[in-house]
Amino acid sequence: MANEVLKVEHLEKYYQKKHVLHDINFSISKGEVITLLGPSGSGKSTLIRCLNGLEDFRNGEITFENKKVVPSEKNWQQLRQKIGMVFQSYDLFPNLTVLDNIMLGPTKVQKRNVDEVKKEVDELLKKVDLLDYKDAYPRQLSGGQKQRIAIVRALALHPEFMLFDEVTASLDPEMVRGVLNIIQDLADQDDMTMIIVTHEMNFAQQIADRVLFLKDGSILEDTPGKKFFKDPTTDQAKEFLQSMDF
Amino acid sequence: MSWEIIKQSLPMFQQGFVLTLYLSLVGIIGSAIVGIICSLVQYFKVPILDKILQVYIEISKNTPLLVQLFFLYYAFPAMGIKLSAQLCGIIGLIFLGGSYMAAGFSGGFNGVSKKQVESGKAIGLSNWQLARYVVFPQGFALSIPALAANIIFLIKETSIFTVIAIPELTNTALDLIGLYYNSNEYLFVLVVAYAIILIPLSIILTLLERRVRYGTFGN
Ligand SMILES: Nc1ncnc2c1ncn2[C@@H]1O[C@H](COP(=O)(O)OP(=O)(O)O)[C@@H](O)[C@H]1O
Ligand SMILES: [Mg+2]
Repeated sequence: MANEVLKVEHLEKYYQKKHVLHDINFSISKGEVITLLGPSGSGKSTLIRCLNGLEDFRNGEITFENKKVVPSEKNWQQLRQKIGMVFQSYDLFPNLTVLDNIMLGPTKVQKRNVDEVKKEVDELLKKVDLLDYKDAYPRQLSGGQKQRIAIVRALALHPEFMLFDEVTASLDPEMVRGVLNIIQDLADQDDMTMIIVTHEMNFAQQIADRVLFLKDGSILEDTPGKKFFKDPTTDQAKEFLQSMDF
Repeated sequence: MSWEIIKQSLPMFQQGFVLTLYLSLVGIIGSAIVGIICSLVQYFKVPILDKILQVYIEISKNTPLLVQLFFLYYAFPAMGIKLSAQLCGIIGLIFLGGSYMAAGFSGGFNGVSKKQVESGKAIGLSNWQLARYVVFPQGFALSIPALAANIIFLIKETSIFTVIAIPELTNTALDLIGLYYNSNEYLFVLVVAYAIILIPLSIILTLLERRVRYGTFGN
């Protein structure tokens, strides 16, 4: 497929003897939003960590923008500029200001012009309502603010593809909306290609073009979003949606 | 105890004092550099080099400075390498201190959370960039207590230089005692001289530790 961003084939992941991902196959095309759903411990984090090389895997192949990924650290280093990732625990660098946190990737990794990047970062910060916090240190921010900055930090690299791993799971309820709105805007305005792991079912339903349902390390469903939430195929998925009060 | 004898000995002690400070400073800086290199190599598990440095660290940690100095001062010339006593002292101190500093820095670097490292990787940082912008600044702050202990330790270790006749503080005192037998006076000055170096330094380092512990970043 010409506009295919990422393809995963026959991926198997073990932690020592423990087999946590079984024969994973799927692909995502440009502008598509996949939500990756499944019970806790089903392997969601492990799977998306494999997609930017934070976990190595035993078998299988990942193709990114029609090129097979050679799974070396050097190669992943290059690719990570194009594959942004935001984690559950908003891990800004505590030793750097908000601005320096965001500037690090674009100026040091991509060696872009500092003034140009600064201008762009200002725009991004304005969008997430945090321009006033440019010179603050992470410890002076709330969880929700940190997470918005973490997203901006990833976006500043101009990624082609974003991975979100339960980015609202450790936020106070009143902070969740602000973070989800940013992700929603990415889908609506920027047509960003994304894989989102989330427990916010309303949000998942609203944003998902497609749902991958993972259970015990296997993809049990790969369905259009609309269908998954109305009429999931497997009993496991039905059970899961019920357990989420959905 | 005679103040007259103490007064007369002060110019000699002054020279020893300066030399002790100088040797300590060079030794500490050298040890810190060796320590940083070793700990970063071990942190990033640089192949081969990490094994070689591990051998160095084991030898350094598990042999007394006294033996290291004798080796440099007596065994090296036998192999055709002749070094001045001061150079032997400095090399010996750095050889010893390097492994202690490496352990101190490693403790700090390993205290930097895995999540910090992963978010650094996630924005494409190379190992070197990770070290420079994330692991080193955060790990350094964490390793300050260990480094402070090492600094005090290394200054005290310079007293062993007397065995190869470097005229630092201890050697000065022992020489004077040998010449004039006024051991009470000379030992008194010796203790005071070390106290003048170590007590203020120790206080400064403790304050620094506290600042890092409570202040962290952003204060
Ligand atoms: N670093 C690790 N070492 C060993 N087992 C792990 C590790 N990380 C995760 N696991 C195991 O792998 C499985 C999948 O975990 P994870 O991907 O975190 O699931 P999820 O994100 O869906 O909750 C779980 O059984 C978990 O205990
Ligand atoms: Mg998870």
